[in-house]
Amino acid sequence: MHVWIEILLGAAILAGIRLMSKPETAVQGNRLTALSLLTAVLLLLWRDNILPQPILLAALATGAALGLVLALRVTMLQMPQMVALLNGLGGAASMLTVFVAVADNTHTPGLAGLATGGLAVAVGGVTLSGSLVAAAKLHRLLPQQPIRIPFTLPRTSAALILPFLLMLLLHGQTGSESTMWMLLLAACALALGALLALPVGGADMPITISLLNSMSGLAASTCGFVVDNAFLVAAGAIVGASGFILTRVMCGAMNRSLMQVLTGATVALPPSPFPLPPSPFLKPAAHAAAFDPVESLLEAKSVVIIPGYGMALGEAETQVRDLYELLAGRGADVKFAIHPVAGRMPGHMTVLLADVDIPYDKMIQIDAINPEFPRTDVAVIVGACDVVNPAANTAVGTPIYGMPILRAHQAKRIIVCNADTKPGYSGIENPLYQQGNVVLLPGNASSTLHQLLKDLQSRISRR
Amino acid sequence: MRLVTLLVVFVVSSALGYRVIRQVPPLLHTPLMSGMNAISGVSVLGALTATAAALATGNRLLGALAVVLAMVNVIGGFVVTDRILKKFRAKR
Repeated sequence: MHVWIEILLGAAILAGIRLMSKPETAVQGNRLTALSLLTAVLLLLWRDNILPQPILLAALATGAALGLVLALRVTMLQMPQMVALLNGLGGAASMLTVFVAVADNTHTPGLAGLATGGLAVAVGGVTLSGSLVAAAKLHRLLPQQPIRIPFTLPRTSAALILPFLLMLLLHGQTGSESTMWMLLLAACALALGALLALPVGGADMPITISLLNSMSGLAASTCGFVVDNAFLVAAGAIVGASGFILTRVMCGAMNRSLMQVLTGATVALPPSPFPLPPSPFLKPAAHAAAFDPVESLLEAKSVVIIPGYGMALGEAETQVRDLYELLAGRGADVKFAIHPVAGRMPGHMTVLLADVDIPYDKMIQIDAINPEFPRTDVAVIVGACDVVNPAANTAVGTPIYGMPILRAHQAKRIIVCNADTKPGYSGIENPLYQQGNVVLLPGNASSTLHQLLKDLQSRISRR
Repeated sequence: MRLVTLLVVFVVSSALGYRVIRQVPPLLHTPLMSGMNAISGVSVLGALTATAAALATGNRLLGALAVVLAMVNVIGGFVVTDRILKKFRAKR
């Protein structure tokens, strides 16, 4: 490819991402990016004289058809595992490509070629197995709880160092010997990816997915070094940067380091080392009388709805939308409070809400919504626990200490539609449940909200 | 020499990407991630080049598999992102 065309296509990708920073232009941005990438593929077909090679054209068509079917059939609920799966495929493709490039090379690859090739195989392999384990967890083929592997830290670090040592050993070997080393390297990388993803629990998934996203980009970029394609290096690097930013944002939103996540050290072991003293105030049963949820919702001028993973789990988005429409239709100011790590991937809640036609200008991020809670008449929590747990401010030494939370506990009245009052993923009790201005509506969020909506409607018609 | 050029390309692209992507608001983090995901399928370029040059049948089949996987990543990623983005609306 001519260097100027490559630069032009790279600039088009960046312009596309820039358009993706605003909801109004994001669709065009994504299409521009897609168009640039497909143009690069077409140019390569012509440059490398691939058109007369039916096997490659068939492979392109098969992949495109499979991708299209997969993308059109997946539901918004399955999006986290879809993203994880696609990450893994990207890693696999990079790894296989390097294999082919090294194995079919008649001359001995130089040190730089072997080093970049080894790196691409290592990163691609970790991405592949890590993504498949993550996707299996998200699809509930594997348990969502962290799978603790004894001596994780020494093992994973050994698995990290070993491939790099091997990579150095690779230098000076002949083509077929290099392939042998590469195979061993791939096996180590695949084992490492699984070792890294297995200890990660459900609520830490946003961090893991972001990290794997970054790695799939790095795998592509290193692959570009091997096949000497500058455009591939550039595009892969952009993806790497994006994943890096997301990983940092997610870690910040959970107040934990990447190392803690990868070693599964983010969940309190039962029993919780810092149990809260049992409440001397009200027992959950007595809460029902704290206030009438139906009446207070009908009177409320400002309502903030806080969705969490429980909303996705209970498939309660439709009921949440109905509640929003009913209250907004009566003139109340209804907003949604979005925590960056609510759910299983970055931005999970906004996608679920957008899927049921909630306008995006009603989805307010944590920093903007928090000052509003003290003047909020009713906060409705739907399947969220840790992200609204005030213990994050006080319980020193627990996994959630220091995590930025949505300050729902400051609202005048709080309605909690959670499955139960058990601690969330972190294993830390939530003192919010014991506040006097809280009504608990335990159970599956969609049936609880369905009942609440029925009560609201019958109360309205009786007036 | 070529390695140095590619390293420069890597560093410059990372820096430019970092600057542009930092502007994307949390509201659009999922479509950003799935869109970037699609771009990581750019390794299809490498897979095509390597396979077109490969001689052994086994390697050619392995390369074709890489092309299929990368293409699923590209098309799947972009179409999914398109579907997600179309759902974001200001008002109805």
